[in-house]
Amino acid sequence: MSDRIEVLKTYKTYVGGKFPRSESGHTYPVKDSSGNKIANACRCTRKDVRDAMVVARSAFSGWSSRSAYNRGQILYRIAEMLEGRKEQFQKELELAGLKKKVAAREIEQSVDRLIYYAGWTDKISQVFGTVNPVASAHFNFSMPDPTGVVGIIAPDNNHLLGLVSVIAPVIAGGNTCIVLASESNPLPAITFGEVLNDSDVPGGVVNILSGIQSEMISHLSSHMDVNGVWNAANNSDNRKQIDENGALNIKRIIHTPVVDWADEKHENPYLITNFQETKTTWHPVGN
Amino acid sequence: MSTVSIPDFNQTIPIDSVGVEERVARLNKRSIKTESKLQGLKLALSMIDHTTLEGSDSEGKVIQLCKKARLPYAPMPDLPTVAAVCVYPNMVATAKKALEGTDVNVASVATAFPSGMAQLHIKLDDTRYAVAEGADEIDMVISRGEFLKGNYSFIFDEIAAVKEACGNAHLKVILESGELETYENVRKASDIAMYAGADFIKTSTGKIQPAATQPVTLVMLEAIRDFYRETGIKVGMKPAGGIRKAKEALQYLVLVKETLGADWLNKDLFRFGASSLTNDLLMQIIKQETGIYQSNIYFSND
Repeated sequence: MSDRIEVLKTYKTYVGGKFPRSESGHTYPVKDSSGNKIANACRCTRKDVRDAMVVARSAFSGWSSRSAYNRGQILYRIAEMLEGRKEQFQKELELAGLKKKVAAREIEQSVDRLIYYAGWTDKISQVFGTVNPVASAHFNFSMPDPTGVVGIIAPDNNHLLGLVSVIAPVIAGGNTCIVLASESNPLPAITFGEVLNDSDVPGGVVNILSGIQSEMISHLSSHMDVNGVWNAANNSDNRKQIDENGALNIKRIIHTPVVDWADEKHENPYLITNFQETKTTWHPVGN
Repeated sequence: MSTVSIPDFNQTIPIDSVGVEERVARLNKRSIKTESKLQGLKLALSMIDHTTLEGSDSEGKVIQLCKKARLPYAPMPDLPTVAAVCVYPNMVATAKKALEGTDVNVASVATAFPSGMAQLHIKLDDTRYAVAEGADEIDMVISRGEFLKGNYSFIFDEIAAVKEACGNAHLKVILESGELETYENVRKASDIAMYAGADFIKTSTGKIQPAATQPVTLVMLEAIRDFYRETGIKVGMKPAGGIRKAKEALQYLVLVKETLGADWLNKDLFRFGASSLTNDLLMQIIKQETGIYQSNIYFSND
């Protein structure tokens, strides 16, 4: 038995509810904290970004028109499935160098964070919607509406918690997203894709690509069909490029180079409203 | 035509369907990149019959469509115009007026489009009306019911009569391959149409699924090639319906080039019947020139 060669998992991408390989066929080695190779992950290119964009766009109308209550149920379901996969994530986070207790804490917090945002889905428009006083014979009200397709540059720290903290508010608000997983450790992100796939999330709502972030960021941030970018990684060159490209079609751009995603300030409804547009309706009323 | 003998249409020309599909699959693998891709996309744009054939069509929509035909994308005025605008007969005059002073043709469907279920004199009147309104091209449908019954001379005579009614207008004959069941039937209908005087043969109305497919197009292109060898007459080809992506358009161009040669790679002998293809071509052309992926929300629908 001792001669047995261990079967290493092949990490693919998660796009449109499926697990395809990169269109390029390229991979790159992922190393653990002490520099040993632990797996290969797909090295996605601009074409993978383009293909993910198509599915994210076509998933948008279905996801955004679901009832907020239903979106909340689905987010809750993700939390349930994540809870059931604790052991796998525990192993992956320990490989990345986390201490046992820290890893366990990170997984628990990720589950809690999903549940936190699951609760917000049907409260966002109650809390942030307004009825506006106007001088004419109109009933005038404003409601938050999802921005559309959001590109997410996942953080390089807190591999699971950071990822959950950026995906949950975006999809809770009815957006769909394309996530560029952490470059140094994409494994929890891809495994999280498996969780999503098991938990009633319609294909295409969350799409996770792995690879060299700087190779994909220019195409993601310049794509005219992307409506917003949430950059949670800390890289000043990428940040400049995102700002410049975002100006092409005036994307909503948020930079959060966060050091510690465990902080409770990342449970915050304003992170949902970051990717919401205000729609104001003038409804005629009789005098 | 006097020197050409008309073949016996009761004879069936066998088509190797596996071979046709494999040839299409092989040609689809051809990679067209950078400068050739850009030229291909522009060529495809110049070959479009920009089409609106809805029951809900209005003058306003047709005028809008014609504006797009004249100037597909305002920020790039050097792009080619589309080849023609394709409308119902009662919209021909509107389209003609909106396209005045351009070399964009007006094509009109006629002969009780899309079913073709009407008496011959009604179909001929329909055709004459469209021509009198100013149509440069007529897209007619064949009577598929009669064809499937084996009444080939009926089809032949009908096409010949419509051709006569067209006068100077070009005649495109729609086979509606989705209703013809087999490749042999497609081939036979193509031969009948060409010997009866068609200037173009066209796959589909766009109202029946499947509409244009590449294997059917290949069968028709081969019929055109054989007809050219036999008679020396170049007949055009128009796949229509269901072609939405620029990539597919390039694949069609490869089929044409490999089957008929470069002579057919212009708008006089090859057309795309499509409405949403125009925007995808524009998006891909801009992507080629700027390197930035485009979104269809920035392009007008009509």
